[in-house]
Amino acid sequence: MPTPTDSTAAATSAEPDTTPSENPVIEFVDVEKRFGDNVVLKDLNFSVARGERVTLIGPSGSGKTTILRLVMTLEELTGGYIYIDGEALSHEDRDGRRVEVSKKAQKQLRTRIGMVFQQFNLFPNMTVLENITEAPIHVLGRSKKDAVAKAHSLLEQVGLPDKANAHPTSLSGGQQQRVAIARALAMDPEILLLDEVTSALDPEVVDDVLAILRQVAETTNVTMLIVTHEMAFAKDVSHKVMMFDGGHVVEEGHPDKIFSDPDEERTQKFLSAVLGNN
Amino acid sequence: MDWLENQREYFGSLSNFSDRLLDGLWTTIQLALLGGALAFVIAIVLGIVAGSPRLWLRGPARVLIEFFRGISLLVLLFWMVYVLPLFWMANPDLPGEELVRNSFLIGVVALGINYGAYGAEAVRASLTTVPNSQWEATTALSMSWLHKMRRVVFPQAWALMLPSLTNLWVHLLKGSAIVYILPGVNDLTFELNNLRRPTDIWFSHALIGLVTYFILALILTLFMHALEARAKHKLGRGPSLKQILTPDPPTAVPDSAGDPASTAAGTDSKSGGAR
Repeated sequence: MPTPTDSTAAATSAEPDTTPSENPVIEFVDVEKRFGDNVVLKDLNFSVARGERVTLIGPSGSGKTTILRLVMTLEELTGGYIYIDGEALSHEDRDGRRVEVSKKAQKQLRTRIGMVFQQFNLFPNMTVLENITEAPIHVLGRSKKDAVAKAHSLLEQVGLPDKANAHPTSLSGGQQQRVAIARALAMDPEILLLDEVTSALDPEVVDDVLAILRQVAETTNVTMLIVTHEMAFAKDVSHKVMMFDGGHVVEEGHPDKIFSDPDEERTQKFLSAVLGNN
Repeated sequence: MDWLENQREYFGSLSNFSDRLLDGLWTTIQLALLGGALAFVIAIVLGIVAGSPRLWLRGPARVLIEFFRGISLLVLLFWMVYVLPLFWMANPDLPGEELVRNSFLIGVVALGINYGAYGAEAVRASLTTVPNSQWEATTALSMSWLHKMRRVVFPQAWALMLPSLTNLWVHLLKGSAIVYILPGVNDLTFELNNLRRPTDIWFSHALIGLVTYFILALILTLFMHALEARAKHKLGRGPSLKQILTPDPPTAVPDSAGDPASTAAGTDSKSGGAR
């Protein structure tokens, strides 16, 4: 429950929020997420501009992954609002009441968002090619010919041109993750969520996967929300870094600033611990 | 085996009766196929609904499964063929009287309901083994529920539920012998009984029944094993059906040094099929 000062602050800030500005692609307004009695996120407000790449860092349990899962609608939003391109993702404010958006509208919005998971989550009952073309054909309604052509060029891009007919189970972890990246990109997402995509990989293939993501970042205008422990990657790729702890934003800013000269002691401690381990 | 029965008399009566035995065999096959098909549909629908997170869907499905799993097939048959028509006797205006009086249909429905309820549990349990992360991946690709189930979740559970479904189908085939109590359903068991009664040749007739049901069950099992091998191959486990059915790869024949490898592959495929 927000304190009285919080709620008045929320009320004043909520007024302009009923017509969210055109610019942010992702906007969190007073977001709260609780699992039972456990409050993971509280009064979270931030926005991501189109084409911006934002990295979320912080200790485990700080709610970073939950933020991505909320955007992907894998978790139910228990409080507040999330806007994608100004449209309510799951809940909206209708005459002061918080109501759920229709499932159809949610689905429409969701097609603009793609996600790559820590554990790849490829479909074992399909070949690599089928994994990539399944949703473009059957969800977006693209022709099979176009989807297959696009899949082949994406496989080329991720360095697996000869694996189209392979089974996911026959691929290494790094290869599976590269297919998963191709699968997410095949949907032409406006927003790409990367959830600790290298955490389950062998150290020697981490750089391959990150190189592909760097290339995607450089060659496209996809908005990225990234959760990672690869600080060098975060520094290279992101426009903004947000440090989380206990469901709150401790500090945010340009990666150069955050990584070399953070203002907050909590950030310094976290970074020295993480970089020390590296 | 003269001490058991007169062989000449036996073969004579058998050839006189072979048409009716074949008719009975055909009825049994139809019961197994149609009853199996109905049981399959019921198992899939009830199994999926029983796994729903929504209580208003899961609850009724659970009640139906527990009820039809718990009642005896024999009692169900009696009930459907002798009690159900009473409703139509009391209310002659009720539609569908022909259906209630079609005892073959009643046999199919009773088999389908009874074994479908068993199968629903196999379907439900297999679906729960598909990891949640697979569901999440389908959500991230904006698939509809039907699309997720049909193309991603069900195919992964399919390989796992097949052994249970094979078991149940063989059970259903043998259970179909009970249907001979229904008037007008002349299945293999019924015709064998008919043959035994006037001729009093029981040993050989019973042996025909024993062997025939066994062969039918064997055919079902082989068919289902092929389905299972195919399902596993699609999940990237085990050889394809073609590889299993090809006795030996031709390249391995001239090369004697390759023998240990090919036999190892052979046992691999066998153990894969049995699992």
